[in-house]
Amino acid sequence: MMEVDPFIFRLSIFILSIFVGYYVVWSVTPSLHTPLMSVTNAISSVIIVGAIIAALSSKSESIFDTSNIFGFLAIVLAAVNIFGGFLVTQRMLQMYKKKKK
Amino acid sequence: MSANLSALFYLISGILFILALRGLSSPESSRQGNYFGIAGMTIAIIVTFLSVGNLGGGFIYVLIFLLIGGSIGAFIAFKIPMTAMPELVAGFHSLVGLAAVFVAISAFLKPDAFGLGIVGDIKLASLIEMSLGAAIGAITFSGSIIAFLKLRGIMSGSPITFKGQHFINLILGLGVLFLIYYLCISQSSNIFWSIVIVSFIVGVLLIIPIGGADMPVVISMLNSYSGWAAAGIGFTLENSALIITGALVGSSGAILSYIMCKGMNRSFFNVILGGWGATDQSSDKTTKEQKPVKNGNADDAAFLMKNASSVIIVPGYGMAVAQAQHALREMVDALKKNGVKVSYAIHPVAGRMPGHMNVLLAEANVPYDEVFELEEINNDFSNCDVAYVIGANDVTNPVAKSDPQSPIYGMPVLDVEKSKSVLFVKRSLSPGYAGIDNDLFYRDNTLMLFADAKKMTEEIVKSL
Repeated sequence: MMEVDPFIFRLSIFILSIFVGYYVVWSVTPSLHTPLMSVTNAISSVIIVGAIIAALSSKSESIFDTSNIFGFLAIVLAAVNIFGGFLVTQRMLQMYKKKKK
Repeated sequence: MSANLSALFYLISGILFILALRGLSSPESSRQGNYFGIAGMTIAIIVTFLSVGNLGGGFIYVLIFLLIGGSIGAFIAFKIPMTAMPELVAGFHSLVGLAAVFVAISAFLKPDAFGLGIVGDIKLASLIEMSLGAAIGAITFSGSIIAFLKLRGIMSGSPITFKGQHFINLILGLGVLFLIYYLCISQSSNIFWSIVIVSFIVGVLLIIPIGGADMPVVISMLNSYSGWAAAGIGFTLENSALIITGALVGSSGAILSYIMCKGMNRSFFNVILGGWGATDQSSDKTTKEQKPVKNGNADDAAFLMKNASSVIIVPGYGMAVAQAQHALREMVDALKKNGVKVSYAIHPVAGRMPGHMNVLLAEANVPYDEVFELEEINNDFSNCDVAYVIGANDVTNPVAKSDPQSPIYGMPVLDVEKSKSVLFVKRSLSPGYAGIDNDLFYRDNTLMLFADAKKMTEEIVKSL
Protein backbone atom coordinates (compact mmCIF):
# COMPACT_ATOMS: atom_id res chain seq x y z
CA MET A 1 0.00 0.00 0.00
CA MET A 2 1.20 3.49 -0.74
CA GLU A 3 1.96 5.81 2.12
CA VAL A 4 -0.43 8.61 2.93
CA ASP A 5 1.09 12.08 3.18
CA PRO A 6 0.91 13.32 6.81
CA PHE A 7 -0.66 16.47 5.41
CA ILE A 8 -3.78 14.44 4.65
CA PHE A 9 -4.03 13.45 8.31
CA ARG A 10 -3.78 17.08 9.38
CA LEU A 11 -6.35 18.04 6.80
CA SER A 12 -8.65 15.33 8.22
CA ILE A 13 -8.23 16.72 11.74
CA PHE A 14 -8.96 20.20 10.38
CA ILE A 15 -12.13 19.23 8.55
CA LEU A 16 -13.47 17.09 11.37
CA SER A 17 -12.80 19.96 13.80
CA ILE A 18 -14.81 22.30 11.60
CA PHE A 19 -17.72 19.89 11.92
CA VAL A 20 -17.26 19.61 15.68
CA GLY A 21 -17.11 23.39 15.88
CA TYR A 22 -20.24 23.72 13.78
CA TYR A 23 -22.35 21.52 16.04
CA VAL A 24 -20.88 22.77 19.29
CA VAL A 25 -21.36 26.43 18.42
CA TRP A 26 -24.97 25.96 17.33
CA SER A 27 -25.67 24.59 20.80
CA VAL A 28 -24.34 27.76 22.45
CA THR A 29 -27.19 29.76 23.92
CA PRO A 30 -27.58 33.18 22.20
CA SER A 31 -27.34 35.01 25.50
CA LEU A 32 -23.74 33.79 25.81
CA HIS A 33 -22.61 34.89 22.36
CA THR A 34 -20.39 37.65 23.75
CA PRO A 35 -18.52 35.28 26.11
CA LEU A 36 -18.29 32.88 23.16
CA MET A 37 -16.43 35.50 21.19
CA SER A 38 -14.08 36.37 24.03
CA VAL A 39 -13.31 32.73 24.81
CA THR A 40 -12.68 31.83 21.16
CA ASN A 41 -10.38 34.81 21.15
CA ALA A 42 -8.50 33.44 24.11
CA ILE A 43 -8.16 29.92 22.74
CA SER A 44 -7.05 31.05 19.29
CA SER A 45 -4.07 32.55 21.10
CA VAL A 46 -2.76 29.01 21.39
CA ILE A 47 -0.74 30.39 18.49
CA ILE A 48 1.64 31.23 21.32
CA VAL A 49 2.93 27.69 20.78
CA GLY A 50 4.41 28.82 17.47
CA ALA A 51 5.66 32.01 19.06
CA ILE A 52 7.56 30.09 21.77
CA ILE A 53 9.19 27.82 19.19
CA ALA A 54 10.17 30.88 17.17
CA ALA A 55 11.58 32.66 20.20
CA LEU A 56 13.64 29.69 21.36
CA SER A 57 14.94 28.74 17.95
CA SER A 58 18.37 30.26 18.47
CA LYS A 59 21.45 28.46 17.26
CA SER A 60 23.30 29.16 20.54
CA GLU A 61 25.21 32.41 19.81
CA SER A 62 22.59 35.13 20.05
CA ILE A 63 19.14 34.86 21.55
CA PHE A 64 17.93 37.94 19.76
CA ASP A 65 18.19 37.65 16.02
CA THR A 66 15.39 38.95 13.80
CA SER A 67 13.39 35.75 13.77
CA ASN A 68 13.58 35.46 17.58
CA ILE A 69 12.46 39.02 18.04
CA PHE A 70 9.32 38.36 16.04
CA GLY A 71 8.79 35.30 18.20
CA PHE A 72 9.10 37.31 21.41
CA LEU A 73 6.75 40.00 20.10
CA ALA A 74 4.23 37.32 19.19
CA ILE A 75 4.53 35.91 22.72
CA VAL A 76 3.63 39.27 24.23
CA LEU A 77 0.61 39.71 21.91
CA ALA A 78 -0.66 36.19 22.44
CA ALA A 79 -0.15 36.45 26.21
CA VAL A 80 -2.21 39.65 26.37
CA ASN A 81 -4.94 37.75 24.63
CA ILE A 82 -4.73 34.57 26.67
CA PHE A 83 -4.86 36.29 30.05
CA GLY A 84 -7.16 39.06 28.90
CA GLY A 85 -9.49 36.70 27.04
CA PHE A 86 -9.94 34.08 29.73
CA LEU A 87 -10.19 36.59 32.57
CA VAL A 88 -12.72 38.83 30.87
CA THR A 89 -14.77 35.76 29.95
CA GLN A 90 -14.64 34.66 33.57
CA ARG A 91 -15.74 38.12 34.67
CA MET A 92 -18.68 38.08 32.29
CA LEU A 93 -19.78 34.57 33.17
CA GLN A 94 -19.79 35.43 36.89
CA MET A 95 -22.49 37.98 36.15
CA TYR A 96 -24.99 35.57 34.65
CA LYS A 97 -27.22 34.71 37.56
CA LYS A 98 -30.56 33.01 37.94
CA LYS A 99 -33.57 34.58 39.58
CA LYS A 100 -33.38 34.46 43.36
CA LYS A 101 -36.29 32.43 44.57
CA MET B 1 9.71 15.06 25.18
CA SER B 2 9.16 12.91 22.11
CA ALA B 3 7.25 14.33 19.18
CA ASN B 4 4.57 11.65 19.48
CA LEU B 5 3.98 12.30 23.15
CA SER B 6 3.72 16.04 22.67
CA ALA B 7 1.32 15.51 19.76
CA LEU B 8 -0.92 13.53 22.12
CA PHE B 9 -0.83 16.32 24.68
CA TYR B 10 -1.71 18.87 21.99
CA LEU B 11 -4.67 16.67 21.12
CA ILE B 12 -5.75 16.79 24.77
CA SER B 13 -5.63 20.58 24.80
CA GLY B 14 -7.65 20.59 21.57
CA ILE B 15 -10.30 18.47 23.28
CA LEU B 16 -10.31 20.76 26.31
CA PHE B 17 -10.95 23.70 24.00
CA ILE B 18 -13.92 21.89 22.47
CA LEU B 19 -15.26 21.33 26.00
CA ALA B 20 -14.74 25.03 26.75
CA LEU B 21 -17.08 25.96 23.91
CA ARG B 22 -19.48 23.17 24.79
CA GLY B 23 -19.80 24.62 28.29
CA LEU B 24 -21.36 27.76 26.85
CA SER B 25 -24.57 25.90 26.06
CA SER B 26 -25.88 27.10 29.42
CA PRO B 27 -24.76 29.73 31.93
CA GLU B 28 -24.39 27.08 34.67
CA SER B 29 -21.92 24.95 32.76
CA SER B 30 -20.12 27.92 31.21
CA ARG B 31 -17.87 28.74 34.16
CA GLN B 32 -16.59 25.17 34.24
CA GLY B 33 -16.09 25.38 30.48
CA ASN B 34 -13.83 28.37 30.92
CA TYR B 35 -11.63 26.36 33.31
CA PHE B 36 -11.34 23.64 30.67
CA GLY B 37 -10.12 26.30 28.26
CA ILE B 38 -7.53 27.57 30.74
CA ALA B 39 -6.36 24.00 31.39
CA GLY B 40 -6.02 23.35 27.65
CA MET B 41 -3.94 26.47 27.22
CA THR B 42 -1.68 25.62 30.18
CA ILE B 43 -1.05 22.13 28.83
CA ALA B 44 -0.24 23.47 25.36
CA ILE B 45 2.29 25.98 26.72
CA ILE B 46 4.03 23.52 29.08
CA VAL B 47 4.24 20.84 26.40
CA THR B 48 5.81 23.33 24.01
CA PHE B 49 8.50 24.19 26.56
CA LEU B 50 9.21 20.51 27.16
CA SER B 51 9.32 19.62 23.48
CA VAL B 52 11.69 22.42 22.57
CA GLY B 53 13.94 20.70 25.09
CA ASN B 54 17.10 22.75 25.00
CA LEU B 55 15.72 25.78 26.77
CA GLY B 56 19.04 27.50 27.35
CA GLY B 57 19.13 31.18 28.11
CA GLY B 58 16.06 31.97 26.02
CA PHE B 59 13.65 30.34 28.45
CA ILE B 60 13.86 33.08 31.04
CA TYR B 61 13.16 35.70 28.37
CA VAL B 62 10.12 33.78 27.19
CA LEU B 63 8.80 33.78 30.73
CA ILE B 64 9.47 37.49 31.10
CA PHE B 65 7.66 38.35 27.88
CA LEU B 66 4.84 36.00 28.80
CA LEU B 67 4.43 37.79 32.12
CA ILE B 68 4.58 41.23 30.51
CA GLY B 69 1.82 40.30 28.05
CA GLY B 70 -0.10 38.44 30.72
CA SER B 71 -0.16 41.34 33.15
CA ILE B 72 -1.25 43.76 30.44
CA GLY B 73 -4.04 41.35 29.50
CA ALA B 74 -5.11 40.80 33.09
CA PHE B 75 -5.08 44.52 33.78
CA ILE B 76 -7.32 45.20 30.76
CA ALA B 77 -9.66 42.35 31.67
CA PHE B 78 -10.29 43.72 35.15
CA LYS B 79 -10.51 47.38 34.23
CA ILE B 80 -12.63 47.29 31.08
CA PRO B 81 -16.24 48.44 31.52
CA MET B 82 -18.82 46.02 30.13
CA THR B 83 -20.12 48.63 27.68
CA ALA B 84 -16.70 48.63 26.01
CA MET B 85 -16.83 44.89 25.33
CA PRO B 86 -17.29 45.18 21.52
CA GLU B 87 -14.15 47.23 21.03
CA LEU B 88 -12.24 45.03 23.45
CA VAL B 89 -13.10 41.95 21.42
CA ALA B 90 -12.15 43.75 18.20
CA GLY B 91 -8.86 44.79 19.79
CA PHE B 92 -8.11 41.25 20.92
CA HIS B 93 -8.81 39.95 17.42
CA SER B 94 -6.22 42.30 16.04
CA LEU B 95 -3.62 40.88 18.45
CA VAL B 96 -4.30 37.30 17.34
CA GLY B 97 -3.96 38.41 13.73
CA LEU B 98 -0.69 40.20 14.34
CA ALA B 99 0.70 37.30 16.38
CA ALA B 100 -0.09 35.00 13.44
CA VAL B 101 1.76 37.36 11.10
CA PHE B 102 4.79 37.46 13.40
CA VAL B 103 4.95 33.68 13.76
CA ALA B 104 4.69 33.31 9.99
CA ILE B 105 7.49 35.85 9.47
CA SER B 106 9.61 34.04 11.99
CA ALA B 107 9.01 30.71 10.27
CA PHE B 108 9.88 32.24 6.92
CA LEU B 109 13.12 33.73 8.23
CA LYS B 110 14.25 30.59 10.01
CA PRO B 111 12.46 27.59 8.49
CA ASP B 112 15.03 25.11 9.84
CA ALA B 113 13.93 25.82 13.43
CA PHE B 114 10.46 24.59 12.52
CA GLY B 115 11.67 21.73 10.34
CA LEU B 116 10.32 23.29 7.14
CA GLY B 117 13.47 23.21 5.06
CA ILE B 118 16.16 25.86 4.79
CA VAL B 119 16.11 29.51 3.77
CA GLY B 120 15.57 29.76 0.03
CA ASP B 121 14.33 26.18 -0.13
CA ILE B 122 11.23 25.96 2.03
CA LYS B 123 8.87 23.08 1.42
CA LEU B 124 6.17 24.09 -1.05
CA ALA B 125 3.25 23.10 1.20
CA SER B 126 4.74 24.98 4.15
CA LEU B 127 5.27 28.03 2.03
CA ILE B 128 1.63 28.08 0.95
CA GLU B 129 0.43 27.47 4.51
CA MET B 130 2.58 30.15 6.10
CA SER B 131 1.80 32.77 3.46
CA LEU B 132 -1.92 32.08 3.76
CA GLY B 133 -1.59 32.28 7.55
CA ALA B 134 0.30 35.56 7.25
CA ALA B 135 -2.17 37.01 4.72
CA ILE B 136 -5.29 36.14 6.74
CA GLY B 137 -3.55 37.24 9.93
CA ALA B 138 -2.69 40.59 8.39
CA ILE B 139 -6.24 41.12 7.14
CA THR B 140 -7.55 40.23 10.60
CA PHE B 141 -5.12 42.65 12.20
CA SER B 142 -5.78 45.75 10.11
CA GLY B 143 -9.51 45.00 9.76
CA SER B 144 -9.88 44.65 13.53
CA ILE B 145 -8.00 47.88 14.11
CA ILE B 146 -10.50 49.70 11.89
CA ALA B 147 -13.40 47.97 13.64
CA PHE B 148 -11.88 48.95 16.98
CA LEU B 149 -11.51 52.60 15.94
CA LYS B 150 -15.11 52.70 14.69
CA LEU B 151 -16.52 51.08 17.82
CA ARG B 152 -14.47 53.28 20.10
CA GLY B 153 -15.77 56.33 18.22
CA ILE B 154 -12.25 57.49 17.27
CA MET B 155 -13.27 56.96 13.67
CA SER B 156 -16.71 57.82 12.37
CA GLY B 157 -19.07 54.86 12.40
CA SER B 158 -20.60 55.83 9.09
CA PRO B 159 -19.57 53.88 6.01
CA ILE B 160 -16.66 55.26 4.02
CA THR B 161 -17.23 54.51 0.36
CA PHE B 162 -15.61 55.69 -2.83
CA LYS B 163 -15.96 54.88 -6.46
CA GLY B 164 -14.42 51.67 -7.69
CA GLN B 165 -13.90 50.45 -4.14
CA HIS B 166 -15.05 46.91 -4.73
CA PHE B 167 -13.00 46.72 -7.90
CA ILE B 168 -9.86 47.75 -6.01
CA ASN B 169 -10.59 45.19 -3.29
CA LEU B 170 -10.99 42.50 -5.92
CA ILE B 171 -7.73 43.44 -7.63
CA LEU B 172 -5.87 43.49 -4.31
CA GLY B 173 -7.38 40.16 -3.25
CA LEU B 174 -6.34 38.53 -6.51
CA GLY B 175 -2.98 40.28 -6.16
CA VAL B 176 -2.37 38.52 -2.83
CA LEU B 177 -3.15 35.15 -4.40
CA PHE B 178 -0.84 35.89 -7.30
CA LEU B 179 1.95 36.95 -4.94
CA ILE B 180 1.56 33.69 -3.01
CA TYR B 181 1.90 31.80 -6.27
CA TYR B 182 4.95 33.85 -7.20
CA LEU B 183 6.46 33.29 -3.75
CA CYS B 184 6.22 29.54 -4.27
CA ILE B 185 8.30 29.82 -7.43
CA SER B 186 10.81 32.41 -6.31
CA GLN B 187 11.11 31.92 -2.52
CA SER B 188 11.95 35.63 -2.49
CA SER B 189 11.64 37.41 0.82
CA ASN B 190 10.57 40.64 -0.89
CA ILE B 191 7.50 38.85 -2.22
CA PHE B 192 6.75 37.55 1.26
CA TRP B 193 6.86 41.06 2.71
CA SER B 194 4.66 42.30 -0.13
CA ILE B 195 2.03 39.69 0.71
CA VAL B 196 1.96 40.94 4.30
CA ILE B 197 1.73 44.60 3.31
CA VAL B 198 -0.94 44.16 0.63
CA SER B 199 -2.98 42.08 3.08
CA PHE B 200 -2.81 44.87 5.65
CA ILE B 201 -4.28 47.21 3.04
CA VAL B 202 -7.00 44.71 2.11
CA GLY B 203 -8.03 44.50 5.76
CA VAL B 204 -8.45 48.27 6.00
CA LEU B 205 -10.37 48.57 2.73
CA LEU B 206 -12.60 45.65 3.65
CA ILE B 207 -13.91 47.21 6.86
CA ILE B 208 -14.12 50.97 6.13
CA PRO B 209 -17.29 50.72 3.97
CA ILE B 210 -19.19 48.91 6.73
CA GLY B 211 -21.37 51.03 9.00
CA GLY B 212 -21.77 51.02 12.77
CA ALA B 213 -24.89 48.90 13.10
CA ASP B 214 -23.41 46.20 10.89
CA MET B 215 -20.60 45.78 13.39
CA PRO B 216 -22.05 42.54 14.82
CA VAL B 217 -21.39 40.93 11.44
CA VAL B 218 -17.93 42.47 11.15
CA ILE B 219 -16.82 41.36 14.60
CA SER B 220 -18.05 37.82 14.00
CA MET B 221 -16.35 37.76 10.61
CA LEU B 222 -13.03 38.92 12.06
CA ASN B 223 -13.44 36.32 14.80
CA SER B 224 -13.72 33.74 12.07
CA TYR B 225 -10.67 35.09 10.21
CA SER B 226 -8.52 34.97 13.33
CA GLY B 227 -9.40 31.27 13.54
CA TRP B 228 -8.47 30.55 9.92
CA ALA B 229 -5.18 32.42 10.39
CA ALA B 230 -4.40 30.26 13.44
CA ALA B 231 -5.27 27.14 11.46
CA GLY B 232 -2.94 28.20 8.63
CA ILE B 233 -0.09 28.58 11.11
CA GLY B 234 -1.15 25.26 12.67
CA PHE B 235 -0.62 23.51 9.34
CA THR B 236 2.78 25.15 8.97
CA LEU B 237 3.87 24.06 12.42
CA GLU B 238 2.18 20.66 12.05
CA ASN B 239 0.51 21.28 15.39
CA SER B 240 -2.84 19.65 16.02
CA ALA B 241 -3.82 21.94 18.92
CA LEU B 242 -3.56 24.93 16.61
CA ILE B 243 -5.35 23.19 13.75
CA ILE B 244 -8.24 22.08 15.97
CA THR B 245 -8.52 25.48 17.64
CA GLY B 246 -8.31 27.33 14.35
CA ALA B 247 -11.10 25.22 12.90
CA LEU B 248 -13.27 25.69 16.01
CA VAL B 249 -12.82 29.44 16.10
CA GLY B 250 -13.19 29.76 12.35
CA SER B 251 -16.49 27.93 12.27
CA SER B 252 -17.70 29.68 15.42
CA GLY B 253 -17.17 33.10 13.86
CA ALA B 254 -18.76 31.97 10.61
CA ILE B 255 -21.89 30.75 12.40
CA LEU B 256 -22.17 33.97 14.37
CA SER B 257 -21.89 36.02 11.16
CA TYR B 258 -24.61 33.86 9.64
CA ILE B 259 -26.89 34.38 12.66
CA MET B 260 -26.29 38.14 12.56
CA CYS B 261 -26.98 38.37 8.81
CA LYS B 262 -30.16 36.37 9.27
CA GLY B 263 -31.18 38.73 12.07
CA MET B 264 -31.11 41.52 9.48
CA ASN B 265 -32.41 39.43 6.58
CA ARG B 266 -29.39 40.40 4.54
CA SER B 267 -26.86 38.30 2.73
CA PHE B 268 -23.29 38.24 3.93
CA PHE B 269 -22.10 39.90 0.73
CA ASN B 270 -24.65 42.65 1.04
CA VAL B 271 -23.19 43.54 4.43
CA ILE B 272 -19.57 43.27 3.31
CA LEU B 273 -20.11 45.35 0.21
CA GLY B 274 -21.17 48.35 2.23
CA GLY B 275 -24.05 49.49 4.31
CA TRP B 276 -27.60 50.53 4.22
CA GLY B 277 -26.32 53.69 5.83
CA ALA B 278 -24.93 54.66 2.45
CA THR B 279 -28.37 54.83 0.85
CA ASP B 280 -30.06 58.09 1.67
CA GLN B 281 -33.28 57.51 -0.25
CA SER B 282 -35.68 58.32 2.56
CA SER B 283 -33.97 61.28 4.20
CA ASP B 284 -36.03 63.92 2.40
CA LYS B 285 -39.24 61.96 2.78
CA THR B 286 -39.09 62.12 6.57
CA THR B 287 -38.69 65.87 6.65
CA LYS B 288 -41.64 66.46 4.34
CA GLU B 289 -44.44 64.75 6.18
CA GLN B 290 -44.91 65.77 9.78
CA LYS B 291 -47.19 63.12 11.17
CA PRO B 292 -48.56 63.67 14.64
CA VAL B 293 -46.97 61.82 17.52
CA LYS B 294 -48.10 61.46 21.09
CA ASN B 295 -45.62 62.95 23.44
CA GLY B 296 -45.38 61.82 27.06
CA ASN B 297 -43.33 62.38 30.19
CA ALA B 298 -41.93 60.22 32.94
CA ASP B 299 -45.08 60.45 35.07
CA ASP B 300 -47.28 59.18 32.25
CA ALA B 301 -44.89 56.32 31.67
CA ALA B 302 -44.74 55.46 35.37
CA PHE B 303 -48.53 55.53 35.62
CA LEU B 304 -48.98 53.26 32.60
CA MET B 305 -46.44 50.71 33.75
CA LYS B 306 -47.53 50.68 37.40
CA ASN B 307 -51.05 49.78 36.37
CA ALA B 308 -49.96 47.16 33.86
CA SER B 309 -49.92 43.49 34.66
CA SER B 310 -47.10 42.68 32.28
CA VAL B 311 -44.31 44.77 30.76
CA ILE B 312 -41.78 43.76 28.12
CA ILE B 313 -38.56 45.71 27.83
CA VAL B 314 -36.89 46.04 24.44
CA PRO B 315 -33.30 47.27 24.84
CA GLY B 316 -31.06 48.37 21.97
CA TYR B 317 -27.75 50.02 21.30
CA GLY B 318 -29.04 53.30 22.72
CA MET B 319 -29.23 51.68 26.15
CA ALA B 320 -25.54 50.78 25.89
CA VAL B 321 -24.60 54.30 24.79
CA ALA B 322 -26.54 55.92 27.62
CA GLN B 323 -25.32 53.26 30.12
CA ALA B 324 -28.94 52.93 31.18
CA GLN B 325 -28.87 49.25 32.18
CA HIS B 326 -28.56 49.88 35.93
CA ALA B 327 -31.30 52.50 35.96
CA LEU B 328 -33.41 50.08 33.96
CA ARG B 329 -32.93 47.33 36.53
CA GLU B 330 -33.99 49.73 39.31
CA MET B 331 -37.10 50.58 37.34
CA VAL B 332 -37.91 46.91 36.89
CA ASP B 333 -37.37 46.24 40.61
CA ALA B 334 -39.81 49.00 41.45
CA LEU B 335 -42.34 47.59 39.00
CA LYS B 336 -41.97 44.11 40.41
CA LYS B 337 -42.75 45.46 43.86
CA ASN B 338 -46.01 46.64 42.38
CA GLY B 339 -46.70 43.11 41.17
CA VAL B 340 -45.96 43.75 37.51
CA LYS B 341 -44.53 40.87 35.52
CA VAL B 342 -41.48 42.05 33.59
CA SER B 343 -39.44 40.34 30.90
CA TYR B 344 -36.82 41.46 28.40
CA ALA B 345 -36.88 40.89 24.63
CA ILE B 346 -33.56 40.82 22.79
CA HIS B 347 -33.29 41.08 19.03
CA PRO B 348 -30.35 39.11 17.58
CA VAL B 349 -28.67 42.22 16.18
CA ALA B 350 -29.41 44.59 19.06
CA GLY B 351 -26.18 46.31 20.03
CA ARG B 352 -22.80 46.21 18.41
CA MET B 353 -21.85 42.57 18.84
CA PRO B 354 -23.58 39.22 19.28
CA GLY B 355 -25.02 38.94 22.80
CA HIS B 356 -24.13 42.56 23.65
CA MET B 357 -27.44 43.32 25.41
CA ASN B 358 -27.36 40.10 27.41
CA VAL B 359 -23.98 40.97 28.90
CA LEU B 360 -25.09 44.48 29.85
CA LEU B 361 -28.26 43.20 31.49
CA ALA B 362 -26.28 40.52 33.31
CA GLU B 363 -23.94 43.26 34.52
CA ALA B 364 -26.93 45.10 35.97
CA ASN B 365 -27.86 41.91 37.85
CA VAL B 366 -30.84 41.05 35.67
CA PRO B 367 -31.39 37.30 36.07
CA TYR B 368 -30.82 35.57 32.73
CA ASP B 369 -34.09 33.65 32.95
CA GLU B 370 -36.00 36.91 32.56
CA VAL B 371 -34.23 37.66 29.27
CA PHE B 372 -35.67 36.14 26.10
CA GLU B 373 -34.67 35.86 22.46
CA LEU B 374 -36.87 37.10 19.64
CA GLU B 375 -38.49 33.74 18.78
CA GLU B 376 -39.15 32.93 22.42
CA ILE B 377 -40.98 36.10 23.28
CA ASN B 378 -42.44 37.51 20.10
CA ASN B 379 -45.87 35.95 20.64
CA ASP B 380 -46.11 37.43 24.11
CA PHE B 381 -46.37 41.02 22.89
CA SER B 382 -50.04 40.56 22.07
CA ASN B 383 -50.77 39.68 25.72
CA CYS B 384 -48.61 42.38 27.17
CA ASP B 385 -49.81 45.73 28.47
CA VAL B 386 -46.75 47.89 27.97
CA ALA B 387 -43.69 47.52 25.77
CA TYR B 388 -40.84 49.75 26.92
CA VAL B 389 -38.49 50.35 23.99
CA ILE B 390 -35.21 51.78 25.16
CA GLY B 391 -32.53 52.59 22.62
CA ALA B 392 -33.83 50.24 19.93
CA ASN B 393 -35.38 51.42 16.68
CA ASP B 394 -35.14 49.51 13.40
CA VAL B 395 -35.63 46.16 15.08
CA THR B 396 -39.13 47.22 16.16
CA ASN B 397 -40.25 48.75 12.87
CA PRO B 398 -43.49 47.12 11.66
CA VAL B 399 -42.67 48.26 8.12
CA ALA B 400 -40.38 45.23 7.87
CA LYS B 401 -43.52 43.09 7.85
CA SER B 402 -45.82 45.22 5.73
CA ASP B 403 -43.93 47.16 3.07
CA PRO B 404 -42.06 45.16 0.41
CA GLN B 405 -40.50 48.42 -0.83
CA SER B 406 -38.72 49.04 2.45
CA PRO B 407 -35.01 48.21 2.63
CA ILE B 408 -35.60 46.29 5.83
CA TYR B 409 -38.54 44.29 4.47
CA GLY B 410 -38.33 40.69 5.62
CA MET B 411 -36.05 41.42 8.55
CA PRO B 412 -37.35 39.65 11.65
CA VAL B 413 -38.68 42.34 14.01
CA LEU B 414 -40.10 42.36 17.50
CA ASP B 415 -43.90 42.69 17.34
CA VAL B 416 -43.86 45.60 19.74
CA GLU B 417 -46.92 47.26 18.16
CA LYS B 418 -49.14 44.37 19.26
CA SER B 419 -48.87 45.28 22.93
CA LYS B 420 -51.62 47.49 24.37
CA SER B 421 -49.33 50.48 24.62
CA VAL B 422 -45.79 51.24 23.59
CA LEU B 423 -43.42 53.55 25.41
CA PHE B 424 -40.64 54.60 23.11
CA VAL B 425 -37.62 56.28 24.71
CA LYS B 426 -35.68 58.18 22.11
CA ARG B 427 -33.90 61.48 21.86
CA SER B 428 -35.61 62.59 18.66
CA LEU B 429 -37.76 61.33 15.81
CA SER B 430 -34.70 60.75 13.66
CA PRO B 431 -34.61 57.51 11.72
CA GLY B 432 -32.38 54.64 12.82
CA TYR B 433 -29.39 53.13 11.13
CA ALA B 434 -31.36 51.83 8.16
CA GLY B 435 -32.26 55.43 7.39
CA ILE B 436 -35.99 54.81 7.37
CA ASP B 437 -38.80 56.23 9.39
CA ASN B 438 -40.23 54.02 12.10
CA ASP B 439 -43.96 53.63 11.62
CA LEU B 440 -44.31 52.81 15.28
CA PHE B 441 -43.78 56.45 16.31
CA TYR B 442 -47.12 57.49 14.80
CA ARG B 443 -49.31 54.69 16.07
CA ASP B 444 -52.17 55.53 18.41
CA ASN B 445 -50.92 53.23 21.11
CA THR B 446 -47.40 54.70 21.09
CA LEU B 447 -46.25 57.27 23.59
CA MET B 448 -42.95 58.91 22.71
CA LEU B 449 -40.66 59.80 25.58
CA PHE B 450 -38.13 62.25 24.19
CA ALA B 451 -35.08 62.10 26.43
CA ASP B 452 -31.80 60.43 27.12
CA ALA B 453 -32.47 56.77 27.89
CA LYS B 454 -30.77 56.86 31.27
CA LYS B 455 -32.29 60.14 32.45
CA MET B 456 -35.79 59.13 31.41
CA THR B 457 -35.51 55.77 33.14
CA GLU B 458 -34.23 57.41 36.31
CA GLU B 459 -37.11 59.89 36.27
CA ILE B 460 -39.58 57.03 35.89
CA VAL B 461 -37.99 55.31 38.89
CA LYS B 462 -38.49 58.48 40.95
CA SER B 463 -42.03 58.83 39.88
CA LEU B 464 -42.81 55.20 40.71
